[in-house]
Amino acid sequence: MSADVLTPVVDDTPAAPPGAGRARLIYGWLWPKALAIVLVLAFWQVIVWSGWRPTYVLPAPAETLQTLGGMLGTERFWSAITTTLTRAVIGFALALVIGTTIGVLVARIRPLRLAVGSLITGLQTMPSIAWFPLAILLFGLDEQAIMFVVVLGAAPSIANGVISGIDHVPPAFTRLGRVLGASPVSLYRDIVLPAAMPGYVAGLTQGWAFAWRSLMAGELLVIIAEKPSLGAQLEFARQFSKAPQLLATMLVILILGMLVDGLFSSYSRRLRRRRGLDVGV
Amino acid sequence: MTTAEAADANTIPILEAVGLTKVFGTGDDRTVALQDVSLDVAPGEFVTVVGASGCGKSTLLNLIAGLDQPSAGTLTVRGNVALMFQDATLLPWLTAAENVELALKLRHVPKAERRARTAELLGIVQLDGWGSHRPHELSGGMRQRVALARCLAQDAQILLMDEPLGALDAMTRDHLHDEIETVVRDQGLAVVFVTHNMREAIRLGDRVVLMGSHPGRILHEELIPLPHPRVMDSPEIATRAADLTRRLKSQGHAHVG
Repeated sequence: MSADVLTPVVDDTPAAPPGAGRARLIYGWLWPKALAIVLVLAFWQVIVWSGWRPTYVLPAPAETLQTLGGMLGTERFWSAITTTLTRAVIGFALALVIGTTIGVLVARIRPLRLAVGSLITGLQTMPSIAWFPLAILLFGLDEQAIMFVVVLGAAPSIANGVISGIDHVPPAFTRLGRVLGASPVSLYRDIVLPAAMPGYVAGLTQGWAFAWRSLMAGELLVIIAEKPSLGAQLEFARQFSKAPQLLATMLVILILGMLVDGLFSSYSRRLRRRRGLDVGV
Repeated sequence: MTTAEAADANTIPILEAVGLTKVFGTGDDRTVALQDVSLDVAPGEFVTVVGASGCGKSTLLNLIAGLDQPSAGTLTVRGNVALMFQDATLLPWLTAAENVELALKLRHVPKAERRARTAELLGIVQLDGWGSHRPHELSGGMRQRVALARCLAQDAQILLMDEPLGALDAMTRDHLHDEIETVVRDQGLAVVFVTHNMREAIRLGDRVVLMGSHPGRILHEELIPLPHPRVMDSPEIATRAADLTRRLKSQGHAHVG
């Protein structure tokens, strides 16, 4: 009749051990990534040694990293990164608002869903670079053309994340909401939306990947004078055959994309762990 | 209706169902889930409903809870209704305390009162100190206690229970029998408890209602005048269970455990 009888079942519930546990966690997270980098560098070096292409076209890792180190000291590089990241944040934020709004409306309103549901998936499969000719016609070679394509690239994934998140809310939860007397608003705020979070975060992660890709495509095509960006830096490096600079910039783009993706997936893992859902490696 | 409570002229039933019928679908798909079900429950009475799966027990609870509308018949419910499901249906992103608190929040209980009331309710179901745990960190029995606390938070006078202990091991179930009995008595709740386990029905019920299927209907009602708390393995319960099971079988419904 007392909880004591049941206590042994959960008494040693694992609260994440602090200190040493955290160091282990970071180590466990770090070494596969370090290994991946070592593998890539080794592969790259082997190709350079094979003499497949001259080194002024395909420089060795060491030279590239040296160029990267030099780049980090220039004001132009930081200004480029700032421009690109600002565009990414603004574009993603716009896509977040638009995609979430559309997602909730489509999930809730049946006729809208029949009409727009498949269109959203269609838009998602559309390569974002195919939008650029139209974007340039509409907005000119301007900031807005880039934003337009970034939003079109990311919003469908985010909307789809919302829709699938809401679709996968267990019917038992909505039933519970009705039993507890939830109003339509509180049913959404307190039960449906929190229950849909894992699907939503998956949509955001994919949306970020599309936003980042669209942004890079945009920066290659829409180069604005006196406004250095990572994409523009790639394009100039190609035009002036500065191979080490080109590869160094590519590394920066790759690492930035991975870092943000890492943020999303660590948030997603925390979310799932808190709910007792299985969390893979 | 021959219940002890109904015999008392002062007692108005808290729940009155007359000729309840529920039909799903039309034409060839037409299924009569419930046919002409009449049932009175007095305040504070513990009624258990036994029947094979598919006899419309859950449909009956859905109607009483207002989740569905009857096709025919009348239903009078004089009080708030809380419903407890077979799986606890706790929200996994909330802690045990927050799950209970949600019920208070949806009832518009002022924020200042919620925390104290939640702690009090967790105390009633013997879960002092477990409030900060998440559902997946609790055992099946503890999850059902949280669900029970959440039902109490609804400030209901009628508690509907849809096989709430069906998924638990025998020992945990026995504990919860005692506890549900105590809590329900202390809070003065009327209970409609659905189960497919005849001995559980006799262990808990002031009155046992037997239901048959196709279509779902009431076959028999019996008062259980044994004193509480009862022991599930006692010979009195075994004898009555055998007798009632025989009765159910003679009506052609053998799938009751």
